[in-house]
Amino acid sequence: MTATETPTRRITTAKAMAEAIGLEMRRDPNVFVMGEDVGAYGGIFGSTTDLFAEFGADRVIDTPISETAFIGAGIGAAVEGMRPVVELMFIDFYGVCMDQITNHMAKIHYESGGAVTVPMVLMAATGAGYSDAAQHSQCLWGTFAHLPGIKVVVPSNPYDAKGLMAAAIRDDNPVLYLFHKGAQGLVWMEKNPRSIAAVPEEAFTVPIGEAAVAREGTDVTIVTLSLSVQHSLDVAEQLAADGISVEVVDLRSLVPLDRDTVLESVAKTGRLLVVDEDYKSFGLTGEIAAIVAETDPTMLTKPLMRLAVPDVPIPYARTLEYGILPTREKIATAVENLMS
Amino acid sequence: MQQLNRLDLYREMVRIRQYESRILQEYHADKKPAWDIGAGLIPGEMHLSAGQEPAAVGVCAHLKQGDAITAPHRPHHFALAHGVDMKAMTAEIYGRTTGLCQGKGGHMHLFDPENHFSCSGIIAQGYPVACGQAMAMKRKGTDNVAVAVAGEGAANQGAFHESLNLAAVWNLPVVFVIEDNDWAISVPRSHSTATASNADRAAGYGMPGVRVEENDVEAIFEAAGAAIDRARAGEGPSLLEIHTLRLWGHFEGDAQAYRGAELDTVDERDPIPRYAAKLVELGELTEDQTESIAAEAAAEVDAAIAFAVDSPIPAPEDALLHVFA
Repeated sequence: MTATETPTRRITTAKAMAEAIGLEMRRDPNVFVMGEDVGAYGGIFGSTTDLFAEFGADRVIDTPISETAFIGAGIGAAVEGMRPVVELMFIDFYGVCMDQITNHMAKIHYESGGAVTVPMVLMAATGAGYSDAAQHSQCLWGTFAHLPGIKVVVPSNPYDAKGLMAAAIRDDNPVLYLFHKGAQGLVWMEKNPRSIAAVPEEAFTVPIGEAAVAREGTDVTIVTLSLSVQHSLDVAEQLAADGISVEVVDLRSLVPLDRDTVLESVAKTGRLLVVDEDYKSFGLTGEIAAIVAETDPTMLTKPLMRLAVPDVPIPYARTLEYGILPTREKIATAVENLMS
Repeated sequence: MQQLNRLDLYREMVRIRQYESRILQEYHADKKPAWDIGAGLIPGEMHLSAGQEPAAVGVCAHLKQGDAITAPHRPHHFALAHGVDMKAMTAEIYGRTTGLCQGKGGHMHLFDPENHFSCSGIIAQGYPVACGQAMAMKRKGTDNVAVAVAGEGAANQGAFHESLNLAAVWNLPVVFVIEDNDWAISVPRSHSTATASNADRAAGYGMPGVRVEENDVEAIFEAAGAAIDRARAGEGPSLLEIHTLRLWGHFEGDAQAYRGAELDTVDERDPIPRYAAKLVELGELTEDQTESIAAEAAAEVDAAIAFAVDSPIPAPEDALLHVFA
């Protein structure tokens, strides 16, 4: 190491989220956090780690279990010029507060003819893989991306987690920030090494609406997001040894969706696999397929493939759960099928 | 009202504690050395009810065939006290084909239609369902009742308040039970709830509200009996808040640092040894009986765990079954 090099510390996705929130709270007194167990506990999935110690109960607020009330309160504070970061513990809990999310948070700007803005972040844990069963394992990002008026970001790694959180807080629109429990780097859950990575200490943003080519390749494009990016990168490394060159596109944002990056990659490889941990029908995989079909179906040299959760709730038993999740094995098989 | 049978109440509490203690042990046994919530024979979240046995036993002592319970994410004590088959429930917790739900549900989603028992991982959401079960009972002309159970944190959910009003305005045979164990995960009651007692809220919905301050099975038995008899007689719903004790974490793996000094005294507040001491003092329990009751419970739990462990693991493709009837 030379004197000019700075060692870059490696942190978890959870820590990266909390760090971004803390930096924004320091630079903007209008930023505050509220949700269940976000205070001394630091968020059930670590998204507010250490914030309570620095900012106290006045800016890091534990709420009653009253999601309609505290998400609605986030909206109210936002329309008055604050920048609340509100946590819904699991996205599966959307059922008890959906009216505030979709009829208020998402629509106020439009309904008011642009007169009122709602600059809030709603963050929530998503995802399966540890037998939390049907009510605590869903992704549901397709549901929210379907509803006009909410930006939806879905980071897959610590760097993007930090940059997208800062961008979300600074955005003048409501942003739904969905983090996958299995990509948080939690000590108490199995994790991919990609959940811990080098992240600059200073504040930075990752623009909302820009996908990333997480790995370049020439034979097959995998379009995916969140934890499935980590799985897809693992598969790409493994298949490279067999001479298959996989390009992995990490969408990072669903709303706005970076169509150009998807189309450029598919135009290059001619083969497309869309991997999604959300339900299959009426969702992201169909949306990506439609974009390709609308633009130029002849860019595909083979029919595209979709790998998503078949249309069943997430079951409890491990064999059943992994029977429906987009695992590395299923991703690899799908790529091999596209190449055959 | 049911006759008070102290030994039965004690026996049932010991049975539940034995169950929770063994599940605790088995749950952690194969999550070492790196503790991974998704690993082992029992994966996933685990919310155990140790310390809250008096609530389930005191309430369920009054229930009969056809009565319903909707329990929350911490359901084992109410399931066992209400007569859910221990073997089938354990097999479900182990994710086996012989389980109550063939491995689909897991510990937060136990369904036993024969005993009209269900639970949900979404807090307070059992309250409306209990109202519907009570509606059905009333329309069918039975004298059955539905019992809805939730924690004190759930009493700040819309579903809680909507259900109380609905049950009162329709005069439904429901008993709403709140287990106040002082903690909504890490949030103490004082930070979440504007009233000192949720029983006070009952007045706002025109129904009786009682808070049992002590985690004492006999006091709970008395209060629950009055509420259940009232519902059975067609006199409408009641609210019963029970101040109980979460002996262990919110879920297994919860370090509970937020509990501070309060945690130091939990063992001395354990309701079961306290009740045993009372029964011994009353001359209704001998040391030999204490041992035989514990041994009996241990044998039953051992058999249930053995049944679960020996049961088949579901085939992956079975995940596609049961979406529709």
